[in-house]
Amino acid sequence: MLVMASDRIDIRHVARLARLALSDAEIATFAPQLANLLSFVDELTELDTANVAATAQVVPSRNVERADALRPETLLSHDAALANAPQTQGGYFRVPRILAEDI
Amino acid sequence: MIDERTGEVSAETRARYEAVIGIECHVELKTVSKMFCGCPNAFGSPPNTNVCPVCLALPGALPVPNAKAIEQIVRAGLAFGSTIPEHAKFDRKNYFYPDMPKNYQISQYDMPLTVGGIVRYWLEDGTRGECRLTRIHLEEDTGKSTHASADGRLAGATSSLVDFNRAGVPLMECVGEPDLRSAEEAVAFLESLARTFRELGVSDVKMEEGSLRCDANVSVRLRGAAEYGTKAEIKNMNSFRSARRAIESEIARQIAVLEGGGRVIQETRGWDEAAGVTHSQRSKEEAHDYRYFPDPDLVPLDSPPAAADAVRATLIETPYERYIRYVDGFGIASKQATQLVDDAALSQWFDRVAAASGQPLAAMHFVLGDLSRLANETGIAISGGKVTPEALAELVELTQNNAINSSAAKKVLEVLWIEGGSAKAIVEREGLAQVSDRAAVAALVAEVLDANPKVVADYRAGKTNVLGFLTGAVMKASRGKANPALTQELLREKLEQK
Repeated sequence: MLVMASDRIDIRHVARLARLALSDAEIATFAPQLANLLSFVDELTELDTANVAATAQVVPSRNVERADALRPETLLSHDAALANAPQTQGGYFRVPRILAEDI
Repeated sequence: MIDERTGEVSAETRARYEAVIGIECHVELKTVSKMFCGCPNAFGSPPNTNVCPVCLALPGALPVPNAKAIEQIVRAGLAFGSTIPEHAKFDRKNYFYPDMPKNYQISQYDMPLTVGGIVRYWLEDGTRGECRLTRIHLEEDTGKSTHASADGRLAGATSSLVDFNRAGVPLMECVGEPDLRSAEEAVAFLESLARTFRELGVSDVKMEEGSLRCDANVSVRLRGAAEYGTKAEIKNMNSFRSARRAIESEIARQIAVLEGGGRVIQETRGWDEAAGVTHSQRSKEEAHDYRYFPDPDLVPLDSPPAAADAVRATLIETPYERYIRYVDGFGIASKQATQLVDDAALSQWFDRVAAASGQPLAAMHFVLGDLSRLANETGIAISGGKVTPEALAELVELTQNNAINSSAAKKVLEVLWIEGGSAKAIVEREGLAQVSDRAAVAALVAEVLDANPKVVADYRAGKTNVLGFLTGAVMKASRGKANPALTQELLREKLEQK
């Protein structure tokens, strides 16, 4: 018997980790939806995987690497790099002050 | 006991405790390009100029790992005897921070490129120690943030400024086991890592440029206790010196807390260099809930044993091994051996003199003495100067065979430094060969004694310290070439004859 997925989710914690401010109404909506998703994934555990090697990837390729070389053609111009920044200052991205305790 | 006035723990109390320290350090790898894209891995460029869609995490951009960075990590691990697992992978470490464009960092969680290994180190007094490595894994660096207040400090800043040039630079994280027992050992461990990485050419290890950054996990326990105490993690140590001060300060703080009846809280503390203390950095609990999972954009890395063997075959002597060879093999004192080991080019040069002359101790005295002085005075490295290892080896032999005396050797070295060439040729040309012919020196001794009847009388009256003056006079008469030992012997003989 599987543990009910909804018992395992602390929706407020998950929302906080994702920097989402959910209202109580939204929590009431999303909590069961997330639980349903997990239950769906739980169905996979019913498969017999005794003879299947563990993997972190479903594609068969391995060791896709590049030589240590510059690709100047991919560099963004300074203006292009900053184009989408809500705020800039002196060539930097300007962001809300980082709090001392976060450093 | 705690001193009520100063709040300091007495040395006796301090001695009842033992510190337990584990170091984690991040080292930027020396590659041409970044870890997952072809942007330059360069320090000091104008902000946000070494960036592309991959390291800025623009939608749809895909990372491709840098083969050189992977090889460098394997090389670093092998130098410490690490195991290279046959399978490794990259994971995403999820957290939010303004200097991290993707909101996750590509790192390695449960399948790193290297596992285990031992870092051997030595302390200033020559005591040796070792610390186990848990792992060395590969990840990417974050951007760099500065604070936008008028004076560049955090206090009063209303916003932070981010430069992503550093984002995506290959970074190796070295995690040490809690085998270190003092701040001194921790620094010696760090120095050993730094020397080795520099020697392997995998990093420049410039702390002032941030290419080596370290954190220390520190706890204390009563000596003999089996359990570890609660640890605090110390961050923001920007030099070996500040690492040492920070760890010492934290050990003292924890002992004072325990002696005061309190308990140590597991937390992150930042080192305040100016104040000389660590401060609590109350970080929120969920900041450490990283939700690692395999990065779906990156395929696994396989490393057959033959590949690791091929890298292992290219490894050369490590700085620690060289230090041991100098101290145990050559009989060089720890301090001098460290001086040589810390300058890789110089120690290679020295090794050639030692081999050619067969007199490593005498060679060391020249290299670290007069030759280093000349190098400092002229601003030219010994290994890049005109004196060849062969010429110095010749000079070592000439002094060891008493063919020239030490003041002549100094002159020869000065000429070699300016002109290069052969030590023997200079000795001949300048007529510096030591005069060890008994009759010749005896004639000079007689001459000096005749010219200084008063000094001779003083000596015979018991003022034997005038011997130095007379020796000097003979040396001068010989234009520095008389054998000093023979000169003294003959002087004594004459003075005590009558």
